[in-house]
Amino acid sequence: MSDNHDHLPATTQEEPIANPGLPPHTWRPTDVDERLAKRAERQVAGLFGLSSICVILFLVSYFTLKVGDNHTTFAGFGASTIALGSTLGAALLLIGIGIIQWARKLMGDHEIVEMRHPARSSDEDRQGTLDALALGLEESGIGRRPLVRNSLLGSVALLGLPAIVMLRDLGPLPGDKLYHTVWKPRMRVVRDVVGTPINIADLEIGDLVNAEPEIIFAVDEDGEHVLRGAELQTAKSKAAVILLRMDPQDLTPGKGRDNWAVDGIVCYSKICTHVGCPISLNERKTHHLLCPCHQSTFDLADSGKVVFGPAARALPQLPLMVDDEGFLMAQDDFNEPVGPSFWERG
Amino acid sequence: MGAWLTMSIDTSKVADTNSTTAATPKKPSKAGVVANWADERLGLGTVMKKNLRKVFPDHWSFMLGEIALWSFVVLLLSGVFLTLWFTPSMGEVEYQGSYSPLRGVEMSEAMASTLKLSFDVRGGLLMRQMHHWAALIFIASMMIHLLRVYFTGAFRKPRELNWVIGSLLLLLGTLEGFTGYSLPDDLLSGTGIRAADGFMKSMPVVGTYMSFFLFGGEFPGESIIPRLYTVHVLLIPGILLALIAAHMLLLVYHKHTQWPGPGRTEENVVGFPMLPVYAAKAGGFFFIVFGVAALMGGLLSINPIWKFGPYDPTKVTAGSQPDWYMGWPDGALRIMPGWESHFLGVTLSWNVFLPIIVLPGLMFTILMMLPFIEAWITGDKRDHHLLQRPRNAPTRTATMVALMTFYGLMWAAGGNDIIAIKLHLSINQITYFMRAAVFIGPVIAFFITRRWCISLQRHDEQKLLHGYETGIIMRSAEGGYSERHLPISDEAAYKLTARDRDEVWTPTTETDSNGIPAKGGRLDGVRSKLSALMYADNVQKPTAEELEAAHHHADHEHELQAPLEGHSADGHQFDGHHAVDGESLRGDH
Repeated sequence: MSDNHDHLPATTQEEPIANPGLPPHTWRPTDVDERLAKRAERQVAGLFGLSSICVILFLVSYFTLKVGDNHTTFAGFGASTIALGSTLGAALLLIGIGIIQWARKLMGDHEIVEMRHPARSSDEDRQGTLDALALGLEESGIGRRPLVRNSLLGSVALLGLPAIVMLRDLGPLPGDKLYHTVWKPRMRVVRDVVGTPINIADLEIGDLVNAEPEIIFAVDEDGEHVLRGAELQTAKSKAAVILLRMDPQDLTPGKGRDNWAVDGIVCYSKICTHVGCPISLNERKTHHLLCPCHQSTFDLADSGKVVFGPAARALPQLPLMVDDEGFLMAQDDFNEPVGPSFWERG
Repeated sequence: MGAWLTMSIDTSKVADTNSTTAATPKKPSKAGVVANWADERLGLGTVMKKNLRKVFPDHWSFMLGEIALWSFVVLLLSGVFLTLWFTPSMGEVEYQGSYSPLRGVEMSEAMASTLKLSFDVRGGLLMRQMHHWAALIFIASMMIHLLRVYFTGAFRKPRELNWVIGSLLLLLGTLEGFTGYSLPDDLLSGTGIRAADGFMKSMPVVGTYMSFFLFGGEFPGESIIPRLYTVHVLLIPGILLALIAAHMLLLVYHKHTQWPGPGRTEENVVGFPMLPVYAAKAGGFFFIVFGVAALMGGLLSINPIWKFGPYDPTKVTAGSQPDWYMGWPDGALRIMPGWESHFLGVTLSWNVFLPIIVLPGLMFTILMMLPFIEAWITGDKRDHHLLQRPRNAPTRTATMVALMTFYGLMWAAGGNDIIAIKLHLSINQITYFMRAAVFIGPVIAFFITRRWCISLQRHDEQKLLHGYETGIIMRSAEGGYSERHLPISDEAAYKLTARDRDEVWTPTTETDSNGIPAKGGRLDGVRSKLSALMYADNVQKPTAEELEAAHHHADHEHELQAPLEGHSADGHQFDGHHAVDGESLRGDH
């Protein structure tokens, strides 16, 4: 190892202590004792052997354990997954440990020295490259013929247009889609999931109901749903509402919203005005509604105004009325876009 | 002559030696035949000669990047398996698989095929969970690897571009994770996509169009899952692969950094050769990462979508959380005040746009610029291949700890509801606290870390000059007490001094022939102030004379103390270094 000292810089003022050079190599027990080396060899081979056993166990588990019908056994996701994972994991780990043990105990452990070279090219190489570049450019005539150069640059730049324009059909233009929902005048408010209409006589003070417009559940003459698939999802993502009946005295109707509530029953968009999560956590005592995603809190007794959190706008309110049978209906669609804000919203 | 010209003679089969036997080569070994075949076509001999015995230095912290690399391989393997069954479609089907609680429920094909993978494909759930765990390990190990590289100064010239590539890998890995956990179309992932739609809509001018083009119309539409699928299995992995290849090629070209120590210099690299030791260790480590991922996939449940149910835009579960690496922008989103501007007939949602679009972009820009900012402040143009201990770059270390504190507080804010529930605190108060803490916390962390590093430097200097504290208290004849210090080993002493002296950058006061100061004067003041902040308070290593004087002083102390002991001993017999017989005093060195 003494030859390594040749590369070391001499002690200077900068280096108060001279680089002592690489410490001498120390032999491992397995280097000097053939018995220990043999033992290490057996250990490594043993680890590889155990790995093979794990693979066999993996195959046995694969063909004997069923999936699907035992999803509640063993940590809630089935004996098959646990058995396959443990055996595969053990098989892999044993190979890994075996290889590393081999490297540590039996492979040569002499540290060797390699010299670094600066990342930069040599001056000759740089000059050669510059010369070649200059020659190439000269031969192309790109400097002498600006007309060719500029028209090429222009035409290639224009090729960017097809690349951008071709993405146009990714989706339709927004139009006024975000300004409307499926709510229509005199459309019944029905319960979420079951779709039954809501009679005001059935609502107690403090009741909170997740509701939808009737059309979400409507069927045509053939018994097919009117709204299906993506259309249905989009309709639900904007039209979902919550109803809350509170003591009419607690209610502070907003400006121009005097007749929007029916007997203390108010209806608001369920879609958070922050980034659009459906809001569902009701604080019964305070009429506050909390969004579980980012904790914006809205006061349902006061036009759905924001009382806390990152949302900036009140929840849009749906004006309610009641029909002859006592069922709740919408007077009209929301008078503003529901859900998160967007640039054109105004 | 004419005959020669018209006749074409095939000379290739004619022996070109004078030997009496045919020129047939010796029968080569099979491996030799293959190697020859390949080399004659690929010229591998030259490349491999250079690299087979390439030296890699050894240190546990160099393994962190390897974890990221190998978990990416696990992601590729398990991901390909998943694609064989997953159907990236939002078409509605009625689930009729093995999982009885959801039988008969309408859901998208994406969700139904994920349930099929989980309950009807043997090993499918294992692969799903392995894939998810490996993704978390991938991103976590990239972040820890990044911290290692930063704290040890391994990002300095010539490795700045590799730092930028690494930062891009982290950014793309995060996006890859988000697109991945959005694919099953369960309630939780749908909630994430719903929020992403809100994020996009907050962008000025283009936001609504971005949303409509990405979703193929109004949210949720029928296009988002197939599109995210293409991004997740083709676009981002392709870029990741290319960047990882570039990252590794640059690593090989620059040769790995190493810790300073006996025999290690800026001009060499000391360690084990690629073949066999490093190849075996790295290869073995691949199996270990793979094995750990398999064990986690088999034993630890993750993302049990069957418990969340299919996505329904009217439903959400309390405690909805993204994967942990998306937690910090989510926290910023939670603690942001509800600011929104309305002007000239348009709306700008600062409450969404700032925390989720601007802030992550800003943070990643700062991250990528770090090497260039430091190089500009220090004016250091040298190559650096020896690593620095974090304490020897106090301001740099403090900068990263400040950034980590910011990240950590934002991340904690992302769980403000969980904290409120578990600790029975008011979520409002936690949010108000966090609004201030994300600004004040990093500043406090910066100053504490910086001073801490400097005091550690002082401690090192003490050790170097006066030796280490033995814990042995000596009493002099006069009754005074002192602690016995003993010199550290030559190797340890060398390691402590094996670092550069810091030089505060000062603007050149040169003026040209007309007496006009050199260009760039305006920023010079800022630059020299920053350089002073960076370096001025650091403890520099002693000069040879200072070291000599200190040792001389220590020898003198020893002589004074020696007679007090009654018998000759240097104190090492108490700490087990050697017995009394083997003791040697400072002067013997």
